[in-house]
Amino acid sequence: MAYLTTHPDVVPVVSYRFGKGATNIDRYIELDGYKAARKAIEMGPEAVIAEMKASNLRGRGGAGFPTGMKWSFVPKQSEKPKYILVNGDESEPATCKDRLIFEHDPHSVIEGVIIAGLAVGAKMGFIYLRGEYRYLLNIMEKAIEDAYAKGFLGKNIFGSGIEFEAVSHTGAGAYEVGEESALMESLEGKRGIPRIRPPFPAVVGLYGGPTVINNAETLATVPHIIRMGGAEYAKIGTERNGGTRLFCLSGHLEKPGVYELPMGYNLKRMIYEVGGGIPGGRKLKAVVPGGSSTPVLLPEEIDIGMDFDQVGKAGSMLGSGGVVVLDETVCMVEFALRTMRFYQHESCGWCIPCREGTDWLKKSLTRVHAGGGVDKDIDNIQYLAENMLGRTFCPLGDAAAMPTIAFVKKFRKEFEDHLDGKGCPYKHSLQHEAVLA
Amino acid sequence: MATETTIFSPELAARFDKLVTLYPVRRSALVPMLLYAQDEVGYISKAVVAEVARRVGVLENDVVSVLSYYSMLRTQPIGKFNVQVCTNICCMLRGGNELFEHCKKRLGIGHKGTTADGVFSLEEVECIGACSWAPAVQVNYDFHENLTPESMDKVLEEYREKAQK
Amino acid sequence: MADVTFTVDGKKLTAPAGTLLIEACRKAGIEIPAFCYYPNLSLQAACRMCVVRIEKMPKLQTACTTVVTEGMAVTTESDEVKQSRKAMVELVLGNHPLDCPVCDAGGECELQDMTFTYGAHESRYVEIKQHRDEQQWSPVVFFDRPRCIMCYRCVRVCAEGMDVWALAVDNRGVSSVIAPNEGDSLLCEQCGMCIDICPVGALTSGTYRYKTRPWEMNHVGTICTHCGDGCKTTLGVRPVNDGVEIIRGDNRDKSGINGDFLCVKGRYAFDFAHHEGRLTKPLVRQTDGKLAPVSWEHAIDFTAKKLREIRDTRGGNAIGVIGSNRTTNEEAYLLQKFARSVLGTNNIDHHRTADYTAFAAALKDKPGREASLRDFASARAILLLGNDPTNQHPGLAWQIRTNVRLNRARLYVANHEDVRLRRQARASVILPSDGYASFVSYLGGNDGAFRGSDLTASFRDVIRKEESLLIAFGSELRGRDIQALVDFGLSLPNTKFACLGDYVNSRGAADMGLLPDLLPGYIPVSASTQFAEEYGSALPAQAGLDLIQMFDAAGQGDLAALYIVGANPVSRYGIDPSALKNTFLVVQDMFLTETAALADVVFPAANLYEKAGTVTNTYGDLQLVKKASDRAGVRTDFEIVVRVVDKMGADPKKLVPFGKGVRADFGQSRGAETGEADRHAVWLVANHLEPKLSPFDPFAVFDEIQRLVPAYNVPRLNLLLGNDEHLKSELVQIESVAGRRDLVLPANDVLYTSGTLGRYSAKLEEVVASATILMKPAETAAD
Repeated sequence: MAYLTTHPDVVPVVSYRFGKGATNIDRYIELDGYKAARKAIEMGPEAVIAEMKASNLRGRGGAGFPTGMKWSFVPKQSEKPKYILVNGDESEPATCKDRLIFEHDPHSVIEGVIIAGLAVGAKMGFIYLRGEYRYLLNIMEKAIEDAYAKGFLGKNIFGSGIEFEAVSHTGAGAYEVGEESALMESLEGKRGIPRIRPPFPAVVGLYGGPTVINNAETLATVPHIIRMGGAEYAKIGTERNGGTRLFCLSGHLEKPGVYELPMGYNLKRMIYEVGGGIPGGRKLKAVVPGGSSTPVLLPEEIDIGMDFDQVGKAGSMLGSGGVVVLDETVCMVEFALRTMRFYQHESCGWCIPCREGTDWLKKSLTRVHAGGGVDKDIDNIQYLAENMLGRTFCPLGDAAAMPTIAFVKKFRKEFEDHLDGKGCPYKHSLQHEAVLA
Repeated sequence: MATETTIFSPELAARFDKLVTLYPVRRSALVPMLLYAQDEVGYISKAVVAEVARRVGVLENDVVSVLSYYSMLRTQPIGKFNVQVCTNICCMLRGGNELFEHCKKRLGIGHKGTTADGVFSLEEVECIGACSWAPAVQVNYDFHENLTPESMDKVLEEYREKAQK
Repeated sequence: MADVTFTVDGKKLTAPAGTLLIEACRKAGIEIPAFCYYPNLSLQAACRMCVVRIEKMPKLQTACTTVVTEGMAVTTESDEVKQSRKAMVELVLGNHPLDCPVCDAGGECELQDMTFTYGAHESRYVEIKQHRDEQQWSPVVFFDRPRCIMCYRCVRVCAEGMDVWALAVDNRGVSSVIAPNEGDSLLCEQCGMCIDICPVGALTSGTYRYKTRPWEMNHVGTICTHCGDGCKTTLGVRPVNDGVEIIRGDNRDKSGINGDFLCVKGRYAFDFAHHEGRLTKPLVRQTDGKLAPVSWEHAIDFTAKKLREIRDTRGGNAIGVIGSNRTTNEEAYLLQKFARSVLGTNNIDHHRTADYTAFAAALKDKPGREASLRDFASARAILLLGNDPTNQHPGLAWQIRTNVRLNRARLYVANHEDVRLRRQARASVILPSDGYASFVSYLGGNDGAFRGSDLTASFRDVIRKEESLLIAFGSELRGRDIQALVDFGLSLPNTKFACLGDYVNSRGAADMGLLPDLLPGYIPVSASTQFAEEYGSALPAQAGLDLIQMFDAAGQGDLAALYIVGANPVSRYGIDPSALKNTFLVVQDMFLTETAALADVVFPAANLYEKAGTVTNTYGDLQLVKKASDRAGVRTDFEIVVRVVDKMGADPKKLVPFGKGVRADFGQSRGAETGEADRHAVWLVANHLEPKLSPFDPFAVFDEIQRLVPAYNVPRLNLLLGNDEHLKSELVQIESVAGRRDLVLPANDVLYTSGTLGRYSAKLEEVVASATILMKPAETAAD
């Protein structure tokens, strides 16, 4: 059971209905549900997109692309049908926010999809959930069924004469499918290999038709924006970073959890106030600010606002909003290795640099961590990561390379301490016992 | 399709009949179909591949190519309850590795092993989306979070009892 | 599309908008490396070798997926680009076995080349390499997984090019692997395209692997001896004790009419040449009734004496000659000249596999109406009547599939069977097996001729709207039906035709006058003036006996001698051996076939890979055959005939007008081994000596063919360069086909059979027996 954690600083927008029984469609309607969709029908596509642009909502999947602009790229006229695709393949380590939305407020996603469909002229939407989220798929299927029963989906939604169909869909275990073009391939029943771009999905997407692909949180936010107005929503956040975000706090914290906080919320405060600080009075060692693919920050680098621009300026990325806190007991080589093990496991294998690079790095990091490394290995790890960066077929290679480069750069001494047969100084590290005690 | 012989239960066969009609192309039903078939059959046997290929209208080696891409799909039978321990970064920081070691010892099997009585299989898995409630385990599709070795034992015990029913 | 101008490495280039940058650069001579990019296959952007720097782009871009745009500024060889490529090579070499010293691809490996180019020769990789054992997927396809660099060329050529879809990628990440469709083996056409296209040594050939190194072979581009498509193949040969053996057949330079394509026969079925049953000594039947090896001199003397005696006592009409579908044009021509001018008979024929005579007659005075094989690659619309090209004309099937895939050509299929090309067809109809003639009549507007459905009606409607149609028809259509089809085709604008027949030189055999009633170029024997002048002797003016009549005559004791070159009529036509018991039978062949076993004299003959000359494929494309291999003891059919003529007391110079205003043969007839002939010719000229051309020089005969058969008078330069030249079909000179007997007997060979040759190919037999092939082969036919 996923649940939201509260704190006085929390601003409930997306999480407004969490824990209030909104999986029930009637309850959802009581809680202002499907008002935004009706309003969007009245507003018309152009006004909806204008509202979205005014909200400064940026994609919640990780890349932070302005949602309103994304929608506006879809051509008005198209020979092929247009589609909306919800990316609910939440798989980036440290990210567990979409799970909450599907579990507590599935109709907000449906409503978001309907509004997106109205805005770009699509008649069909797909809600793709990662395979592991089977219980959420059941919730989603029920929600879609209920929405059809109410006439919110179907040939004549809300009696407007407009048609819109929604289908939920399950994956079967693949991080790479979270990449939007791989997501389309997977939905088409193929291996999750990304597509060559251009053409971009907004022009040629699912089944060759123009397609809007948005993260689940992004689309769940949409009804709230339409309901409260884009400008109102934008006010909550910082400049060019509208609204709130579900931040997933994990790692060495007293109170890990998912918190909805305004964009630009101070990271240090997030760790020490919201997350309750580090257990046992131990010292902070590092923070991964936006999911496992984002470069690590040192304790002296965390006095920043958590929005796309400020974290970028600090040399990392806001990413998926998964904040991982590492205390002094963590071996950074082991952490780098575990991160690389993940990317090696999830690389689709399509391009040389990602397929070979992640595997090579995993092997090298394993050896270095075990004490089998020599000085040259550290340079080589950096060399490999730098030569993957920006050269892979899709961003997964970058996701593997970026944190690795940062680990080596910021914790080189720690790597050196492992070399020449010395092995891991943190062997049988006590932090686990501390946590589990 | 409905009139042809099927290796699936009537309910699942009916579900598949409908599933292929939901999408603009039949093939879109492939991945869900494989997962649902695995849920019923226990794994993706050659017979499953053959029938699914026929249902979505692709070659069998194409189905194999697709299924081998997805980490949840398997071509060998496993135990009744698949204990999937996450050891990815967030779980690792909060004892995921130790939990996995504990499960190994408790079940007497290793990664991708199955107990002799066929009740449990064990698997070390990547992030399952329970980062803020780490460490976490998924048994089949059910999440168990904020675990300790002691609470893990209770979880295993519950499933063992379920298996005996 | 309109042209755009852009800059590459400071050079201003122009290309049509929409051109891929990698192609635009290659055309301008700027090489951009790539593993996964392959022209005309789908784009992958997987190997990241083709990265270039494009101004205003934040990252390096792949040239294989970038289209040129106006004003684009590209840098292809900066330090940044070189470093990126070097890193890709280093990465892919990480787990690569580096077993180059034993790898088949060593010396012609694209990965090796890239490693040299980008200097990734010092390995940073110190981890343990993952070894996997080599797998055998079929008798001819082996897979060495660690060598694979995952460029997906094999997967694409099998799926997109061949439409077979036998290969796929299984697993993901570093476990990704190319997998065959039957788990651990292949079920496919065994064409070997995957091996040819593999840039490294991951896919290797069952006939070639571990046998030699590329630089230890000579590579001779010649024409495949099997079907009527006449694909160009490159034979890898090396000297051995008893000659020069063929080790490999592939499609090395891709310059032929077959483009990238080669089928199972072209690639592997050259091993008949090394079959243990190969005859290497002349055989003469002894008084004990058994064939025994004798010297060449004895066999030739004996044969010549006997033939001369029969001719002089019983006349030329008591002698018959049967030619081959697999000898060169020059040999076929020489044989008819031998029959008509030395033996004095028109009793000459061959196994006719298609009605080329009727086709020539139908096209009389219709210049430019015959389609070359190349035309199928670019035609806007194609109608296929009968035949199963996938099985019988795999090169044609490749061209059609490629054309449909790349140019969206419209294919229409009418057949009595569910042929595989139906998958590419825009429309298709199933005909009754005896319904071709009536269907043609129906196409021509005779509604009553064919009981059609709405489907056939709409089929006819779309075809009739085609403004540039290419009609290919099989041997289902003959005689008057061909005339009717051509008449229908000509009622549409710009129609071209192709008549499909088996075997590499079936067409040449007919063109060269291996017919009882027609001289070379389909000139009636009654109108032989020009030939008589050239030959310097009168020719028999009455039509001779055809193949069936010859055996009838033999059975009745009226045929005293029968001279058979490269044919096996006893098996093919089911001749009763007793019919030949009173006939002096001479056979030139590679093997002791059912026919040769009955002979009084058997000459061990060379095959098409062991000689030079020209052949004409079924589309009328004339191509050069180069000598690639050699076998001690055998002689070319050409040489044997010339030597028999000499010993019969006729003047060989009259038969082979060597030294008579001929042009030199550029050494083609002397083999590939040393280039010695070229040097010899240079030496002769340097010493003010006239090159002395030999009586065994096929080009002396080719000269005569070009003089007498205007259709063959094509520019010779291109031909000698090894390229195809389409015949000038408008100059074929037949009057009428009315009243000719239909003697067409299609061989109906399929992908895995090739008449007699196929029976002696151990590799083909192994492939058929291995149950790895897609289609059931028909009964192996004899030839």
